[in-house]
Amino acid sequence: MATASVYSGPGFDFTNEVRNNFLTERGIPLPKATSTGTTIVGCLFKDGVILGADTRATEGPIVADKNCEKIHYITDNIRCCGAGTAADTEFTTALISSNMELHSLSTGRKPRVVTAMTMLKQMLFRYQGQIGAALVLGGVDVTGPQLFTIHPHGSTDKLPYVTMGSGSLAAMAVFEAQWKPNMERAEALDLVCAAVSAGIFNDLGSGSNVDACVITASHTETLRNFVKPNERVQKERSYTFRRGTTEWTKEDVRALVVEEDITHITGGRGAEEAMDTS
Amino acid sequence: MDHFPTNWGRPRNDAFDAYGTYPIHQRAPVKDTFAEGVQHTQQPIVTGTSVLAIQYKDGIMMAADNLASYGSLARFKDVRRLHAVGTSTVIGASGDMSDFQAIQSILDDLVTDEFTHGDGHDLGPAEVHEYLSRVMYARRSKINPLWNSLLVGGFRDGKRFLGYVDLLGTTYSAPSIATGYGAYIAIPLLRAAVDGKQDQLTEENAKKILHECMRVLFYRDARSLDKYQIATVSAAGVTISDQIQIETAWGFAEGIRGYGAQTQ
Amino acid sequence: MPDGSFAHPQQRQFNPYTDNGGTILAIAGADFTVIAGDTRQSEGYSIQTRYAPKVFRLTDRAVLAVNGFAADGNMFVKKVKQRLEWYRHAHAKDMPLRAIARLIQTMLYAQRFFPYYVYNILGGIEEDGSGAVYSFDPVGSYEREACRAAGAAQSLVQPFLDNQIYFKNQKAAPGTSHPTHLPLSDVLSIVIDSFTSATERHIEVGDGLEIYVVVARGRSPQGIEGIRGVQELSAQPNGDRTFILRRELKKD
Repeated sequence: MATASVYSGPGFDFTNEVRNNFLTERGIPLPKATSTGTTIVGCLFKDGVILGADTRATEGPIVADKNCEKIHYITDNIRCCGAGTAADTEFTTALISSNMELHSLSTGRKPRVVTAMTMLKQMLFRYQGQIGAALVLGGVDVTGPQLFTIHPHGSTDKLPYVTMGSGSLAAMAVFEAQWKPNMERAEALDLVCAAVSAGIFNDLGSGSNVDACVITASHTETLRNFVKPNERVQKERSYTFRRGTTEWTKEDVRALVVEEDITHITGGRGAEEAMDTS
Repeated sequence: MDHFPTNWGRPRNDAFDAYGTYPIHQRAPVKDTFAEGVQHTQQPIVTGTSVLAIQYKDGIMMAADNLASYGSLARFKDVRRLHAVGTSTVIGASGDMSDFQAIQSILDDLVTDEFTHGDGHDLGPAEVHEYLSRVMYARRSKINPLWNSLLVGGFRDGKRFLGYVDLLGTTYSAPSIATGYGAYIAIPLLRAAVDGKQDQLTEENAKKILHECMRVLFYRDARSLDKYQIATVSAAGVTISDQIQIETAWGFAEGIRGYGAQTQ
Repeated sequence: MPDGSFAHPQQRQFNPYTDNGGTILAIAGADFTVIAGDTRQSEGYSIQTRYAPKVFRLTDRAVLAVNGFAADGNMFVKKVKQRLEWYRHAHAKDMPLRAIARLIQTMLYAQRFFPYYVYNILGGIEEDGSGAVYSFDPVGSYEREACRAAGAAQSLVQPFLDNQIYFKNQKAAPGTSHPTHLPLSDVLSIVIDSFTSATERHIEVGDGLEIYVVVARGRSPQGIEGIRGVQELSAQPNGDRTFILRRELKKD
């Protein structure tokens, strides 16, 4: 049977796989996805966990988004930072967020970080690294503060301080030099900022602002654009254009108001036929 | 008499071409079993990892560990990767150690040559850096590189100098420089601690900063060692320290079990 | 090969080139030229240094900006300077700008089959006192232009320059025409804005900006001496004058 299936199954569609491989071989590569060059970090402290991220998204050497959000919502007490292919991190975290909500509804319990971690690693493993999501997952649940990294192939790590993305070495250097157990909130937040800033200023794939998220047993605080060390400077000139700057070759003015005559018809069978309330 | 000059002085090969007639003006092909084996360096073999260097108040300071790796094998654990050149310069090398030893002997010959002129001139760090960059660029242009990233530092005539040169002949200078993994791991720490403050930084603090970076590198660079040396160049000249041991602590994850859902 | 033949092709994986990022640009005015470049040198995602000049003063009236592979760029500038010095010794005067341009062409083409991986922009003052910009490709094709951007952010900056300098896609107000040359203050503003914008959107551009201004002999420097942080490089103020203006760029 050479006919294409009309049935569209759930999940990803691989029907163009062979064609795309052929095109790549012939020198027509796949379109490049936006990737979040990224520095993302996570760190345990006395009362919980703090996640941090820069806000630059890149397409090759071009900055695609100067202020994107890389700390994604999973549940009220769990957040997930994403590095890698932007679309993959966004869809993966959104899917797991959705499944976590359903899971906690069906079990009637507060969601756990390990649950999200297991869902994420099982999904990513199933796709054998084809979903380019490198994640830092953190949260506080009934078992206490939890912090994981999840690699695109599905392996996980459980550590007191973690980093991911192209700026991970810069950020990890800061952690290795300054992290200590049971830090106070302010001290830990400063450390996370310093780690993300190391990525912002030393890794070209990372830049702009520092986002942070402090999760404790009782409360989750989102600190969007917590530090803004890279404000855009004032331009030297104003670039407004005189009305009529753009030339035209043809002018065509059309009336956009359309006149219409409406005749009202009262009664008749038409009204009854439309009323199918069965 | 043999009328083919290309054959003069060479044994005639009777088996192949008794009269040396073919091809004219060309010798019989040399049967060199190793001809295909003659290659230029295409990859480093025994390698050294990062070198770190910073400027400070009185000069410059450089650090490199004592390991030479053979792939993933920690092959030699007492290698000196910092080398004094003349009286006011030190170089530090990462990359291929045999190429580095060749560079050492080139530079030592150069210093001797300069000395024997007896004209009162000697080479400072800027001159050594310029010379090295020409050597490295010339070798890359022959597609036969010396497989190293080198740092050159020194202090002469009241001025400090710190520069980088690598196998491509790329050069630059900065208040803090690192090669290899150090460029990713140590540079963020060094820039935060040194850049813009190099005129205030004391020798003691500079040493402390480098020590901390060497520790972090030992934690995160799998080809590094917890034994290193520091070279200091100031108005007092070049000093290369004895081996320094890094103290480490690995108890950071005590209480954490497994890598995923495990709790015991 | 030991026997001098090339019977055995040697396979090598060593790549003698790299890209060190950054951007340069130059704009010619009626009697001045502005040549600028950022000062970041990078490789891959790492910043090697925040200060590595890409713009070099060759003579009293010529400035050369180089961009691409830094090692080739530095070596090329070194060799151009050497040739200009030889010229000075032989002729007891500086080489004229158009002759430097032709010299650069031959020097680049001499390396046709192992090129300098460098984009050059030469700016300065011609013998007739007009501002001039010459731009080159890596193997020596060149052209005199009014403005040119090259390097990492060329594709961001050049369209902006086309619009603001050449007034492309801009119709002049009725009864007027676009000026052929802009005043120095406008040109400097456009150069600074080009670099701050390129810094915003290109990861390899940033850290610092160096702007060289060459003003023709006897012409007004149009108030450039009053600008914050300007430094004059020329020795005698009655000849052609060169100024340098430095600005900070974002460091992320």
